[in-house]
Amino acid sequence: MTRQHPVVQLHNVSKVYGAGDTAVHAVNAVDFVIERGDYVAIMGASGSGKSTLMNIVGCLDMPTKGRYLLDGVDVRRRDERQLSRIRNRKIGFIFQSFNLIPRTSALRNVELPLAYGGAKSDERRARASEALARVGLADRATHLPSELSGGQQQRVAVARAIVTEPVLLLADEPTGALDTHSTAEILDLFDELSLSGRTLLVITHEAEVARRAKRVITMSDGQVIRDERHVAVHAAPPGPLEVLAS
Amino acid sequence: MNVTESWRFALRGVTSNKLRSALTTLGIMIGVAAVIILLAVGTGSSKQVQDSIGALGSNTLTVIPSSTTGGGRGGGLPGPAAAFGGGSSSSTTTGTKTRSSELTMEDARALTNKKQAPDVLGVAPVVSAQSVVATYDGASHTVSTFTGTTPAYLLINNDSVAPGSSFTDSDYNAHRRVALLGKTVAQDLAGGDGSDIIDRRVQFNGVSFQVVGILTAKGSTGPQDQDDRVVAPATAVQDTLSGYGSLSSISVKATSADTTDAAQSQVESILDGRHHVTSSTRDYSVFNASSVLSAATSSSKTFTVLLGAVAAISLLVGGIGVMNIMLVTVTERTREIGIRKAIGARRGDVVGQFLMEAILLSVFGATVGVVVGLVGAQFTIVGVTPVVAPYSVVLAFGVAVATGLFFGLYPANRAAALRPIDALRYE
Repeated sequence: MTRQHPVVQLHNVSKVYGAGDTAVHAVNAVDFVIERGDYVAIMGASGSGKSTLMNIVGCLDMPTKGRYLLDGVDVRRRDERQLSRIRNRKIGFIFQSFNLIPRTSALRNVELPLAYGGAKSDERRARASEALARVGLADRATHLPSELSGGQQQRVAVARAIVTEPVLLLADEPTGALDTHSTAEILDLFDELSLSGRTLLVITHEAEVARRAKRVITMSDGQVIRDERHVAVHAAPPGPLEVLAS
Repeated sequence: MNVTESWRFALRGVTSNKLRSALTTLGIMIGVAAVIILLAVGTGSSKQVQDSIGALGSNTLTVIPSSTTGGGRGGGLPGPAAAFGGGSSSSTTTGTKTRSSELTMEDARALTNKKQAPDVLGVAPVVSAQSVVATYDGASHTVSTFTGTTPAYLLINNDSVAPGSSFTDSDYNAHRRVALLGKTVAQDLAGGDGSDIIDRRVQFNGVSFQVVGILTAKGSTGPQDQDDRVVAPATAVQDTLSGYGSLSSISVKATSADTTDAAQSQVESILDGRHHVTSSTRDYSVFNASSVLSAATSSSKTFTVLLGAVAAISLLVGGIGVMNIMLVTVTERTREIGIRKAIGARRGDVVGQFLMEAILLSVFGATVGVVVGLVGAQFTIVGVTPVVAPYSVVLAFGVAVATGLFFGLYPANRAAALRPIDALRYE
């Protein structure tokens, strides 16, 4: 296929829990498109429906209504097996609580998506080492998650997310469990990834984090209430506030 | 996701909580070891029963008098033939015809007729003396079986004498007071291995007999010690201890195991003729050791099956232990399952991982169980030397692994069925 699809296309997507009078519209008729190479932040208070939206975008949950195309593919009529494959190939997850597999070395954690993707052992090792080097943890490959700081663990998680070269990096409150210093590290890393052409979708409630994105979508009560673009899709991300840094 | 990868994950899962894994495998281990040891005990005891009956001679017939005609035979094993001591010495008079219900020396002699009984190899009359107390050098011992017979008895009864030698036909004919002691008697009287007592004189109820040999040990069948016995010439025993009444039994040996049945019918036809009875009015009965053997074999088989069933239950309990711990593991690692599924693990990958973990636990438990079982079977257990049946090892191992597979399946499927979104939210 030569035509480049937008990475994410949401058309009138809703997620309803319950039925009748007690029905809750966690996501209500959301429409947006994320182009390849964009760096988007979704903001909102808790209960605004951003986590539900993230689950839908991440193919962890199905919308009740509407159409969702990931990389041009409609994910609605896919069985569980195909969804696993889509998550494995197309999406890199970064979670608030890192979610590394305990008692498993950093390198093995990074190898994991490749293992589920069916890559050969040598190739896996090489690509995982490369990804770890990308996040600056080449010297921590054999460390267990429990031997790494929070920032380092999150960087391992980032390495795991990028190792399969997914079309979309999906980060759910990636800095929620980190101190200021580690937060800065991770956000710098996101800037680098954006510069190298990756598509990022970051879900956050922190304005600090959202400010680093090229485009900020704000949600409230399951609906998009604001959609602001700060920087063009293919421009460099805004970067940290130099004033505060000095 | 290849097998070695699943295997590695499973191994990590098992080793991550060593104590718990060890306790789980302990359940399987005990089950497997129990199956192996208990079946070995069953096999061993059935072999022991067969051996001791075989020691009697599987082609041996024992003729004993019966007090009533038809039916009413004494039950149980013939044991050493003379165990049926006393027998019956009643005579019944029916009209003018006197029917003897005693076995006599003449009966025994008649059975040696090669023409009428071609399949009979040897015949030995047995008289027994009751409550015989042996005393020697201040020691005394109550002999449980005191047998008076001919030298042929030793051949029929598969007995051998060491040290010392058997009494002879001339001892028999000369009514010489010589005796062969069972191992237990000899050891009790003389101490040590009992061999010091050879050529010494022992008092049996005050009658002096010279010990000429010691009977080779036969071991015990259940509570009965087969070595607590004395064998002496029947002539001397009748002179001194038992009196000249009826024989307590006649031991007959067939030429081979195959001709035992033929020999039995020959013995019966001779005795029927001599006692003027028919098969329905017989005043004696003939025990066939081979039929006793097959009865004993089938009863010990039942015993083995029973032991095996008990052991199988413990194996089942071990399997439930595996299932239990796998369910705990799945709950504990719900979040991990969520992560794996989020990053692309398929249902099969998750099932494979947890199933492999369950199998790993059971294979490890089964392996240790086999080792423990084989080592445990080297010891004598309640007087039985266990004999490990190779099939029991294969069976126990196979069943243990199958149990792991079976009981691992449910937790593994439960893990795989978790929705990643729920699993990730799980704290």
